Amino acid sequence: MAKSKSSQVQGFREQVERLQRLGTAAAGQIAAWTEPQRRARVIDRFVHEFSEAGSDIATMLLDGSWRMPPEEVERRMTALNANKNLSEFGTDSFGFEPDSMRPVLPLLEFLYRVWFRVEVHGLDNVPDGRCLLIGNHSGQLPFDGVAVGGALMLDRDPPRIPRAMVEKFAVAMPFFSAWYTRWGQIVGLPDNCRRLLEAEEAVMVFPEGARGIAKPFVDRYKMTPFGHGFMRLALETNSPIVPIAVVGAEEQTINLFNLAPIAKLLHFPSFPVTPGMLLLGPLAALPSPVKYRLYFGEPMYFQGDANDDEVAIAAKVAQVRAAIQVMLQRGLRERRGFFI
Amino acid sequence: MNGRRKSLTVITGVSGRLGQLLARRLHRRTDTRVIGIDRRAFSRKPADIEHLRIDIRRKACEDLFRTHQVDAIFHLGLMHDPRQGNSEHHTWNILGTQQVLQLAQKYEVPKVVLLSTSDVYGPRPDNPTFITEDAPLMGAQNFAGMRDLIAVDMFAQSYFWKYPEIETVVLRPVHILGGVHNAVSNYLRLARIPLLLGYDPMVQVIHEEDAVSAILAAAKPGLRGVFNVVGPGALPLRRLVALTGKPTLEIPHMLLPSIARQMFQLHIADFPAAEMDYIRFSATVDGSRAHDLLRFEHRYGVVEAVRAALRQDICDGESEARRSISI
Repeated sequence: MAKSKSSQVQGFREQVERLQRLGTAAAGQIAAWTEPQRRARVIDRFVHEFSEAGSDIATMLLDGSWRMPPEEVERRMTALNANKNLSEFGTDSFGFEPDSMRPVLPLLEFLYRVWFRVEVHGLDNVPDGRCLLIGNHSGQLPFDGVAVGGALMLDRDPPRIPRAMVEKFAVAMPFFSAWYTRWGQIVGLPDNCRRLLEAEEAVMVFPEGARGIAKPFVDRYKMTPFGHGFMRLALETNSPIVPIAVVGAEEQTINLFNLAPIAKLLHFPSFPVTPGMLLLGPLAALPSPVKYRLYFGEPMYFQGDANDDEVAIAAKVAQVRAAIQVMLQRGLRERRGFFI
Repeated sequence: MNGRRKSLTVITGVSGRLGQLLARRLHRRTDTRVIGIDRRAFSRKPADIEHLRIDIRRKACEDLFRTHQVDAIFHLGLMHDPRQGNSEHHTWNILGTQQVLQLAQKYEVPKVVLLSTSDVYGPRPDNPTFITEDAPLMGAQNFAGMRDLIAVDMFAQSYFWKYPEIETVVLRPVHILGGVHNAVSNYLRLARIPLLLGYDPMVQVIHEEDAVSAILAAAKPGLRGVFNVVGPGALPLRRLVALTGKPTLEIPHMLLPSIARQMFQLHIADFPAAEMDYIRFSATVDGSRAHDLLRFEHRYGVVEAVRAALRQDICDGESEARRSISI
C-alpha cells in the first residue's frame, strides 16, 4: 500500500514537473514572439520553408513524377511475391498478402514522395535476410513506420516488406484489424517476432513503444527508455540489428500534453492535445507535411546469452540506442528546417 | 492372423458424424472389432459394428469393460449445443469424460484418445499467430459456454501424470468442415452469412475425413500428449465465406451483441452472441507437433472442405439434425 502511494506521489510530481517545463517553454515562445525582430525572422523562415516545400510538392504533382511507372510497379510486386511461399489464397503463413498492397500503393507513394518527401540515407545497410529494424518512435501516429515501409518497398532493390510489431489495442479496432495482417503487419508478441526472424523476415520494432510515440512537443528528440525484448530476440535468433533514426516526425503533430483521463475512456494509449484541435477536431491528429529524413545505420551483430540478466542486456540495448542517438544528432545538424 | 485376438476399440459418441466416419474407417480393418456407445441411433450402420445404445454415464457401460478387454477408447461423445442448458452440458461432458477415463484406468485400457477442439484457446486480439499446445486455454474468457469443454480438456491432461501407464492423447483440431453439425459448418450453411464490418480474421479449417485420419494417427502405440490438428494453411475469413458463393450480411461490431442476442432468442440463428468473437479475432494454431510426432498429413484442401460442408443432403437434413449437435 505504502509503496503504491509513494509511486502515486512520484507520478503526480512528474506531472507537475512536466507542466512546469511546458509553462517555461510556452513563456519563452511568447516572450520571443513579442520581440519584433525575432518574430520577423521566424515568419521569414516559415514563408521560405513553405514556398520551397510547396513548389517541390507542386512540381511532383504536376509532372506526375511521384508515381512509379506501371512496369516498375509490376517489377516490384513480382519481386515482393517471389520466395514468399504463398498459399492458394495469396497469403503467406503469417497472413501477409502482397497483392493486397496494390490498391494502397498510390497512398503509400503519396505519403512517402509528396507529403513527407522522405530523404533516405544508408538504405544498403538493410540486409537481405533476417534482421531487426530498430528505430526511434515519434509523431503521435505511426507514420514513421509508414516511412520506413516506403523506403523498403519503393526505394530498396529488391523490395522488402518490414513486418511491424503492432500494439495489441490497435488489433481490436475495426478496419485496421481487417487490413494490418494482410499488409504484413503482426501482433507485437515475442513468439510472432521469433517466428518471423526464423523465416528470414525484416522485423520492425520501436522499443520506445507508446511512451515514445506519444511524447509531448517539449520532449522532442529525447528518446524515452528502450524496452529490452528486441535484444533478447536478436540474441536468440542470431539476427543483426539495423538502427534507424527518423528525423522530422517529431514535428508532424504538436502534442502540447496528454489528456490521460480521455485516453483511458477511449482505451487509447494516449490522447494528445494539439494546438489545432479546437479548429480541426480529430483532423488535427493528422500530420503536417514535414520533411522526413531516415538514417539506416550499419547492421550491429551481438553475441551472448538471450536469457542474460537485465544489466547485461541493458548494456547491449544502450549501444543500439547510442547508435540511433548519433544518427539523430547528425540528422538534426543536417536539416535546414522542418519542411525542407 | 489366425488365433490372434482381434483388437477391440470403443468409440463414444459413435452416432455423431465423426463417430460414424471413424467407425467405418476402423471396421474396414480386419484385425479390429469396433463397439460404439451412443444414446442416439446409428443410421446406416455397417453390420459388423456393434452399437450399445446407452448413456455413457450409466453403470451399464461398465459391464462392457468388465467383460471385454478393451485396447483403445476414442472419446468423441462431447456435446456443444448452445440450446442445451448448462447443467446438461456439464454433466454430459465432464462426468461422461470422468467415467471414460476412470474405466480406462480401472480396466487397464492402454490408449485413450480425446477429441477436444482448438476453440479452447479462444479468439482474442492478442493471440499469437501460431498458438502452441502449451498456451493457456482462454476460450471461456468471454464465452461461458466453453467452460465445460476446457474442463474436459484439462481433466484429460491430468491423466498424463496421474496414470502414466495409459497413453492419453488430446487432439485439438481446428474448425472441422463436412457433414458435421458444429458451429462453423452451420455458419457456412446459413442462407446469408453474417460478417463483422471491418474485421477479417485468419481462420483454419480441416476436412472431416482429415480429422478422422488424425484420430487414427493418434491411436498408434507409443504416442501421448496434446496435439493441435491443422489441415490446409490459414486463410482470411472473407475468402472462406466467398467460397460458398452466398450473400453476406455486414454487421457493425458495436451493434452485434444486441442483434446476435435477439437472433438467438428468436431462433433465427443458433449462435450465442459470445460466439461471434470467432468472426472478429483470430485463433490460429501451430500444427507442427502433430505433423512431426503423429506424422499427420492432411489430404483435403479448403475448397473441398467447404464443398463437403455444403453438400445438399446434409443441408436438407439440417433441421432434423439440429437437435443433436455435437462436436
